[in-house]
Amino acid sequence: MTVIDARHDAVWGMRILRGPFISVLSVGGFLLIWFIAAEIAQSRLLPGPGAVLEYIYRESVYGDLLTELGITLWRVAASFAVAMLIGSVIGLAMGQMPALDRALDPWLIVFLNLPALVIIILAYVWFGLNEAAAIGAVALNKIPNVVVTLREGARALDPGLDEMARAYRLSPLSKLRNVTLPQLQPYFAAASRSGISLIWKIVLVVELLGRPNGVGFELHLNFQLFNVTAILGYTLAFVAVMLAIEYLLVQPIERHSTRWRNKPV
Amino acid sequence: MNDTRPAGATSPFEIRIEEKTHLSADGTALVAIRDFALDVAPESMTVLMGPSGCGKTTLLRIVAGLDDRFTGSVGIPSGARIGLMFQEPRLLPWRTVRQNIELVAAPDFSADDLERLAQSVGIADMLPRYPQELSLGLARRVALARAFATKPDLLLLDEPFVSLDERTADRLRRLLLEVWQARPTTALLVTHNAREAILLADELVLLAPRPTHVIAVERIAVPQGKRDTKTIEAIHADLLRRYPANFLAS
Repeated sequence: MTVIDARHDAVWGMRILRGPFISVLSVGGFLLIWFIAAEIAQSRLLPGPGAVLEYIYRESVYGDLLTELGITLWRVAASFAVAMLIGSVIGLAMGQMPALDRALDPWLIVFLNLPALVIIILAYVWFGLNEAAAIGAVALNKIPNVVVTLREGARALDPGLDEMARAYRLSPLSKLRNVTLPQLQPYFAAASRSGISLIWKIVLVVELLGRPNGVGFELHLNFQLFNVTAILGYTLAFVAVMLAIEYLLVQPIERHSTRWRNKPV
Repeated sequence: MNDTRPAGATSPFEIRIEEKTHLSADGTALVAIRDFALDVAPESMTVLMGPSGCGKTTLLRIVAGLDDRFTGSVGIPSGARIGLMFQEPRLLPWRTVRQNIELVAAPDFSADDLERLAQSVGIADMLPRYPQELSLGLARRVALARAFATKPDLLLLDEPFVSLDERTADRLRRLLLEVWQARPTTALLVTHNAREAILLADELVLLAPRPTHVIAVERIAVPQGKRDTKTIEAIHADLLRRYPANFLAS
């Protein structure tokens, strides 16, 4: 083998390591193990990937799967928006005002440690089995995490850039857009990331306990029927949606907003 | 050019600071400035020179309106535009060089003006880049361009060439003079570097150690363009003889 060939091989190796190849391989491997396990078990309690995919297809075309997915996704989006908005405002205020921070800190710790289930039950008991109670309960579970993250962000704001903005008399809006928000971007990204995953898990519990539709309701229903194919089908479909959001929405946005980073001098 | 300035900008900027106190971390009060009085002559380069830690930066921050916890007054016409060059470049890393300059530029600052300014400070090729891609020297040039892009009524420079190697610093000083002379602006520069002060100053203000106040104001008659090394050394020797405490250290 010549030197040039060897280098060519190395380049190929690098390309394979960098591309999506490894991710695809990892998912394929999982499906294979699942398939083999299902073949060995031959049980209603562990259907193979084929059966589950078929269920997803059938339920999407003839059943309610897409509608239920849509309803759950809407609840995730609504809770996420409410939690991010309220959590960011409180977090930023606490990061900038030490007195407010001291006043709210004990409550922050209380809500951080209050089990999601308690909040959900109390929300349903006090506000009734309705959409607002459901979304509010989910948001309330997420708000403390957003507050903690954004409080750190507010504390880490660069006072030097703040002085620059003041010295050059930037308008409040211009300062927010050009100086403050870009500094908070990593904290927003971190809060959103952990937010979406936490929220969709809690949304299912909320649906299970007190909603007549959505993925959580369907899971509950199929649990009572012991229909594991349906449970896996709904789970897989929703995971696919979340993966699509991560790869098609979250990551491109993040790449765009951090394009100025890590450029060599 | 005078007629485009706000009324009053051609009269001197009056700085009167009776007292400025810092509270240190353990709560003890430290008087940084006491009985400071200075009239900054319009369209001239006033250089404040004093030992490190004498409160020069504090003084500049007060003049820039960044610190209002002092007793006294700073007579800057309302609406006056300020250009400020910090010790560090303080550029926005998530904005390109062009965006950094455009963000603070005066309303009538055109794209042509920007090209011309970028040419004159030697950053024309850098406009589409992000600050992280620049060396410290280049980032300082961008900060200099940004300060001029506001078409300032008052230009404030806080040790703008500190922590650069001497050659780069010297090139940037000449650059500052060139851009400044193309559009004479009331400028206030602080430094602890005696030769830098002598090279740049129309009026050289000597400051006392903390609590700082004005010891003397020296007018340097030779035009900046004619100050070669020999002239600077001669002026330095003269000042050293008259103010040994201020010039011995440097």
